[in-house]
Amino acid sequence: MSEQARQPLNLLWLQSGGCGGCSLSLLCAEGPDLFTSLESAGINLLWHPSISEASNREFIDLLEAILAGQERLDFLCLEGSVVRGPEGSGKFHRLAGTGEPMMHWIERLAKVAGHVIAVGSCAAYGGITAAGGNPSEACGLQYDETVEGGLLGKRFTDPSGLPVINIAGCPVHPNWVTETLVQIAFDDLRREDLDEWGRPRSYADHLVHHGCPRNEFYEYKASAEKPSDLGCMMEHLGCLGTQAHADCNTRLWNGEGSCLRGGYACINCTSPGFEETGHTFAQTPKIAGIPVGLPTDMPKAWFVALASLAKAATPKRLKENAVADHIRVPPSRRQGDKS
Amino acid sequence: MSRRIVGPFNRVEGDLEVALDIEQGEVVSANVSSSLYRGFEQILQGKEPADALVYTPRICGICSVSQSVAAARALANLQGVNPPPNGDLAINLILANENLADHLTHFYLFFMPDFARAVYADEPWYPLIADRFRAHSGEASREMLPARADFMHLMGLLAGKWPHSLAIQPGGTTRALEMQEKARIQAILYGFRCFLEGTLFGDKLERIVELDSTRALDSWIEQRAPDSSDFRRFLEVARELRLDKLGRASDRFMSYGAYAFGERRHFAAGVWHSELLELDSSLITEDISYSWMGHQQEPKHPFDGITLPDADVEQAYTWCKAPRLDGKVVEVGALARQQVAGHPLIRDLVAQSGGNVRNRVIARLLEIARVILLMEGWVNEIRPREGFCLQAAMPQEGQGYGLVEAARGSLGHWVRVKRGRILSYQIIAPTTWNFSPRDRDAQPGALEQAVRGARLRPGEEEPVAVQHIVRSFDPCMVCTVH
Repeated sequence: MSEQARQPLNLLWLQSGGCGGCSLSLLCAEGPDLFTSLESAGINLLWHPSISEASNREFIDLLEAILAGQERLDFLCLEGSVVRGPEGSGKFHRLAGTGEPMMHWIERLAKVAGHVIAVGSCAAYGGITAAGGNPSEACGLQYDETVEGGLLGKRFTDPSGLPVINIAGCPVHPNWVTETLVQIAFDDLRREDLDEWGRPRSYADHLVHHGCPRNEFYEYKASAEKPSDLGCMMEHLGCLGTQAHADCNTRLWNGEGSCLRGGYACINCTSPGFEETGHTFAQTPKIAGIPVGLPTDMPKAWFVALASLAKAATPKRLKENAVADHIRVPPSRRQGDKS
Repeated sequence: MSRRIVGPFNRVEGDLEVALDIEQGEVVSANVSSSLYRGFEQILQGKEPADALVYTPRICGICSVSQSVAAARALANLQGVNPPPNGDLAINLILANENLADHLTHFYLFFMPDFARAVYADEPWYPLIADRFRAHSGEASREMLPARADFMHLMGLLAGKWPHSLAIQPGGTTRALEMQEKARIQAILYGFRCFLEGTLFGDKLERIVELDSTRALDSWIEQRAPDSSDFRRFLEVARELRLDKLGRASDRFMSYGAYAFGERRHFAAGVWHSELLELDSSLITEDISYSWMGHQQEPKHPFDGITLPDADVEQAYTWCKAPRLDGKVVEVGALARQQVAGHPLIRDLVAQSGGNVRNRVIARLLEIARVILLMEGWVNEIRPREGFCLQAAMPQEGQGYGLVEAARGSLGHWVRVKRGRILSYQIIAPTTWNFSPRDRDAQPGALEQAVRGARLRPGEEEPVAVQHIVRSFDPCMVCTVH
């Protein structure tokens, strides 16, 4: 942090109806690691379930000190959905050691927090926990899937006027979290830096399609037909990369990866309601042979026209490689080569 | 006698509460409670079977790949398909990557920080531990996290990302490797080996896996000072605090067998109870006598079981069901796995002191060394340009099951399909076994047995010994109840 003396910013991290995967992803932060990243912004970890020493009574004492105004709470991060069931009672998740529904703790703490941050699509919108018949009555902090409201209500803002900051993703990329926290710590995050779903635009203004190594296959509609094929996965294998808001292929995961680089479809996990597509994930729904979901901002007539033109012009190299699991036909080596 | 409700335990995955009955400073009885219910088994009903590959990894962020493998195997069993050799190798590498990263996370972030607590400040060994392992600020975690992140670049290459990959399919993996990626993985493994040999063990991995008896381990300990490696630091504390006397359960160990090549498992499947017995998974049942669950009179095999929560069951104290093998409580995890697989050091440790806090941790660290050596071999066996994934049709009717060893023990998925949709999906996770409640015969689960006899230190309200015992199982509560 800069030389100007600033009080450390206190961060409290809670988990409810989720899998802990966002925290585990966060531990993969590198260049620098998580602890160094937080330190760089003067963020003091009051408590995190996977990292801190305090357990049991010491932890509950901390929560009570925050609520009593004895300990300042600058960032409240929630990971996992808010569990309201059964029948609105919250009994599906009572905070251990207290007997009290977790949703009540979250609600009270949110009211005294400087900023409230939903880490992952569960905390933001309900996420995977809200799939199927939503047996646990899960919702997000300020959304119930695609409907505004959630636990804290549509009108909730923190003292600075920001709504809940939704770092959506299943899981989150570690840098989405560290960079958002650092931005807030340096007063660099404003209302207009969040998109319509409350997501930081720093990553949500991109599409997963950007930087996808399968782009050439996409351009020529040379499509993969089965898992492990190299071709574009939009036409048959359910890939939503051209619609999904995230920078997964320009900011890679675990060093060199992304879903598409791993050979499987983007399921648009940063989007509210991604958990219920109405069809099976790894197959593209089509009407009259045309995928139902079109690339973002692409007029349908143009897409159909361009696609049929591109298909007619697909080079042999792409056609063959698209349905193979390794490069069968390399690019031409000299001018005049036919492939 | 007084009752204490202890929770939430942190540095475990998920939410956990334990009620302790304490008499004259000693725990005489315990009820373990998993406090979160999400309902994955209900969510899966009516879905297309292949969608289990999307939903089930998201049960757990720390055992995500294990959940993927269990789901893929259950579907493979239903479809009658098996991965080609490259597919098996790639799946084993991905699974091993997760399992070893979990062991490392457990040791450095979850387990060791308890010894840096102020309650131990007067102990002679405290300076050996405190600055190195103190939660959050300890120097060890600053060394471990970058090593772990580098090691997990394997996930980027083999599985796209971690957690929550869709790379693992019934017929293999979606990511075929080329020659240059094989070379890259070898380099990553070597980098991780350097961290393990320099920091964790202070010795060659080959020397660690060759330790074949308690005596061999003792003489290895004597060769260098306790502060020469993190493993030796632990062994020193374990000796001083007699962690081999702490946290013994029933000493009946189960493993589904780990790292599959077709039907073969590199670490064999089985049950150990004074001797090695064959595992018959048809004898697994789940009992709900003390669970907030309804609509099931008798313990049922997971193919026949259902999951219907009921928050008002009178004697219940947890969302967790009580799985039993032939009606008996078993312990699962790295210790069970290596005991069943027959590693001589583990067999000797268990023969002398049974399942306990020290032996569970030794087994985990030993397994890190063993599995890295295996991974180095597996990468070499990959044949780029030969297939990684086979296809098979999804039947409209049928059933299948998939068993796998996650870092923390035996994980199983049982799926039934009707008219092309999931009719029922039942999951039994490692910590469901270890942290199960009592059953209809009032038999306590493994942890409930293990904490009995734990003592309060002078001046303690909540026994730190219970923290060690709980974490020695490396519990994953989000898997336990899904």
